[in-house]
Amino acid sequence: MSSLKIVGESPERIDGLEKITGAATYVDDIDFGARLLHAEIVETPYAHALIKSIDTSAAEKVPGVVRVITGKDFPYRFGLYMQDRFSFPTDRVRFVGEQVAAVVAHDAKTAKRAAKLVKVVYEELEPVLDLTKALRDDAVLVHPDLGNYTRCPWFFPQAGTNIAHWRKTRKGDIEKGFKEADVILEDIYTVPRYSHCAIEPHVIVGLYDLSGRLTLWSASQSPYTQRHVLAQALAPLGLSHKDIRVVTPYVGGGFGGKAGVSMEIIGAALAITVKGQPVKVRWSRAQEFYNTYQRQGVIARIKLGAKKDGTITAIEHTLHWDAGAYVEYGANVVNAVGLSATGPYRIPNVKIDSVCVYTNLPPSGPYRGFGYSEFHFGLESHMNRMAHKLGMDPVEFRRKNAIREGDTLAYGAKMNPSGLHEAIDRVAAEIGWGKKEVSKDPNKVIGKGFACFWKAPALPPNAASAAFMKFNEDGSLNISVSGMEIGQGFLTVMAQIAAEILTVPMERIRVELPDTDRNAYEWQTVGSHVTWGCGNAVKAAALELRGKMFEVVERALGIARDTLYLEDEKVKCRTRADFELPLQNFVINGIQTSHGNFIGGPILGSGVFMPEFTSALSDPETSQGGHPNVHYTVGAAAVTLEIDKKTGKMRVLKATLAVDAGKAINPGLVKGQIVGGIVQGLATVLYEDIRYDLKGKLVNANFTDYKIPTSMDVPDEIVPIIVEVAQPDGPFGARGTGEHTMIPAAAMVANAVEDAIGLRMKIMPITAEKVALELQGISYEDVKGSYMGLCFAGHPDAYKFHTKASTKK
Amino acid sequence: MTKRITVILNNETRSLDVEPNDILLNVLRETLGVKSPKIGCERGDCGACTVLLDGKTVRTCLILAVEVDGHEITTLEGLSQSGLTPVQQSLLKHNSFQCGFCAPGMVLSATELLGKNPSPSQDEVKEAISGNLCRCTGYEPVIDAIVAVGKKAGKRV
Repeated sequence: MSSLKIVGESPERIDGLEKITGAATYVDDIDFGARLLHAEIVETPYAHALIKSIDTSAAEKVPGVVRVITGKDFPYRFGLYMQDRFSFPTDRVRFVGEQVAAVVAHDAKTAKRAAKLVKVVYEELEPVLDLTKALRDDAVLVHPDLGNYTRCPWFFPQAGTNIAHWRKTRKGDIEKGFKEADVILEDIYTVPRYSHCAIEPHVIVGLYDLSGRLTLWSASQSPYTQRHVLAQALAPLGLSHKDIRVVTPYVGGGFGGKAGVSMEIIGAALAITVKGQPVKVRWSRAQEFYNTYQRQGVIARIKLGAKKDGTITAIEHTLHWDAGAYVEYGANVVNAVGLSATGPYRIPNVKIDSVCVYTNLPPSGPYRGFGYSEFHFGLESHMNRMAHKLGMDPVEFRRKNAIREGDTLAYGAKMNPSGLHEAIDRVAAEIGWGKKEVSKDPNKVIGKGFACFWKAPALPPNAASAAFMKFNEDGSLNISVSGMEIGQGFLTVMAQIAAEILTVPMERIRVELPDTDRNAYEWQTVGSHVTWGCGNAVKAAALELRGKMFEVVERALGIARDTLYLEDEKVKCRTRADFELPLQNFVINGIQTSHGNFIGGPILGSGVFMPEFTSALSDPETSQGGHPNVHYTVGAAAVTLEIDKKTGKMRVLKATLAVDAGKAINPGLVKGQIVGGIVQGLATVLYEDIRYDLKGKLVNANFTDYKIPTSMDVPDEIVPIIVEVAQPDGPFGARGTGEHTMIPAAAMVANAVEDAIGLRMKIMPITAEKVALELQGISYEDVKGSYMGLCFAGHPDAYKFHTKASTKK
Repeated sequence: MTKRITVILNNETRSLDVEPNDILLNVLRETLGVKSPKIGCERGDCGACTVLLDGKTVRTCLILAVEVDGHEITTLEGLSQSGLTPVQQSLLKHNSFQCGFCAPGMVLSATELLGKNPSPSQDEVKEAISGNLCRCTGYEPVIDAIVAVGKKAGKRV
């Protein structure tokens, strides 16, 4: 095999020109003409209440109103992994802002005015806003019908409780492990909720045409999954998959927030009730915060045991997740963490309990990192503290315990090839680990923090990818896949993979955005898996195309196919130096023989990838026996942080992150993921600070009060590092990197804060305000006032994990 | 009750009727069909709806359409009419954008800056685009691309 030509290079993005000229079309940019209807949602002001009555008569009388829809019109449940969510609830509301009705009108202003006239009578119930109370035997139940919900076989909801899922992983002998330890360290870490804040809000346009076809134009990471979930939900109406079409143009940022189905069910419901007319539902920024998904909050207790020489002997990791009102996707986040909360370390004795708890806060779901960002905050903080307790250097302690290929994972499968040690060493060198830095300003101190990370895609075992490919008359190429370009550069990477095999230059390849009527299948674009999964499908399709071309040449010209190869868009022959046939000469019209007839015809290809080695079937009490994760991507990161001792203000002087990409198909795009991911991760620890009032209402659902970074808030320097230890089943050895770059940020900052000022912050975020207060000896938790950032009363250190529910076998 | 207004949109004179409470962003997108200004927050926080009003950046979600009667508006569509501008070329070359949703506003903010200050420093660039939120890129490739335009311009002087 000759050396690679385009894989491993960083060409211009193939979607670059569209995005830089404004030509790129997003859902809200598509024109639907004068018949387009607009919707306004009637939302509940209560976190938990029974719906006693809904009176829509006044709203229906407003001129310009077409329909008012409630749960009576559309009483369907839906969900990706568990059907616990409602298009419109019929009997009870479960979080502030939940939709109870929608007004559809000819224009948005009328819809808005009429929505205010819908009268809903509620009977308020006690909201479940405290995990401790949620887990009590006499708890108020968020879902009294939990036991009846359809779910995937690897979820274990406990009927009659608020526990939606409980992933238990057991390996080795945990008691023996702690007995062998010379040092045991136990503590509690807390992570609040976060919001994705893609700049494009969710938007969907639905058209249920007069022939009974439902087409949805959706800002989504998951066209096929949306079609499937909606087909399940709408089956009572007689709709099946072929009757539903999901079209997804460019998406203005996803980060997991546009995975699965959230508000899109409303678009589908409204479209069906106003048959023949397109209807648009576009979320406001506030709705974007409280009625799609949030990243769930978690309180975690970690007990870690190690020998004097630094060998970790045991970990007990208990996590209670505030998963919100609906967990049809969020419970899988909890599941993923329950399998992997050891972090990237070889630990012989493991006990993990990851408990998904319903609360009356907004629904939770996937967010870049899928639970790993959350648990790494505690784990990587704890690793530092354990190192100090052992008198070891924190980097050396990590290196000593870092996982290697072939090690047994917590659930019994073997670790894939891993460049973790290389990542640790290169990050330590880049940050100048061990070299103390001193600020020129006497009021400022500088600290350094280090963290490792790992993450596996959390996929069902049959999450497949597929690709179609066809040539055009001029030898240019169209690739049809259904992975989503959410900014990561997916289209470009797919083009590079095809270009490498077919020798067609990048500028002569189009990769089409998904339309479930014509594009090949993709489960969804989540879990940083499409470079790997869909990349394999595209590679397979390209190889099929190549094989078909060689076959045609052999049949038409009598040249043995195994002597043929491709170079510069030509078929060439190893045994006949004078032979070359440009692709454009035959990929549509075939090859003319000496008899005048033509052999061949349009060259088409397809490719499929299925991770056939995975299985979600395992013992529910131990998680042993399955192979739930395809592979882990690993890495390390570090930060140099300057802290103003008076104001608490922190400035990131330098951040560096190494990720094992297996093979970076496009190193420039991987670096883009590193820089973007670090900044997004730093935001969760330094700036973003979600607040609820004591009745469960989100009070900072906007960018004025929920601060995401601006260009003024970025680190002075970010150094991306790419490690390449090939993934044997990846295209050219590639594995995913997109989410991973966010994961270590919070812990590395916490570790740098301790290094700089000696304070261990165990509650995210670590804002300037908190640091300033703590430096004056004031506990932020004591003065934070009458709002909730965390889903339990009192100080986290007093949180009782030993509820009956979580100790029961 | 509507009011007739006239605007010069991307070098074209357009007259239209608007309601007194119509937001400029919605009028641009729905009545005039110009889609590059995006709806991101509708309260002036995110900058996705940025256009040039008489050469200066404004957030069209905070402006009533009646206010721009007789004024000149340039959107990203107008900027590229005679080919890519130097800052567009540089942003393209640097692969500066990921999802691209903030790009129209970001390009116009950069255009305004470079019009006033052809060789801005990194800090000046950061300040100029600080009203345009981007959630994907970490800003670095955007900043680098804009600074690079300035450096190139500086060399020519």
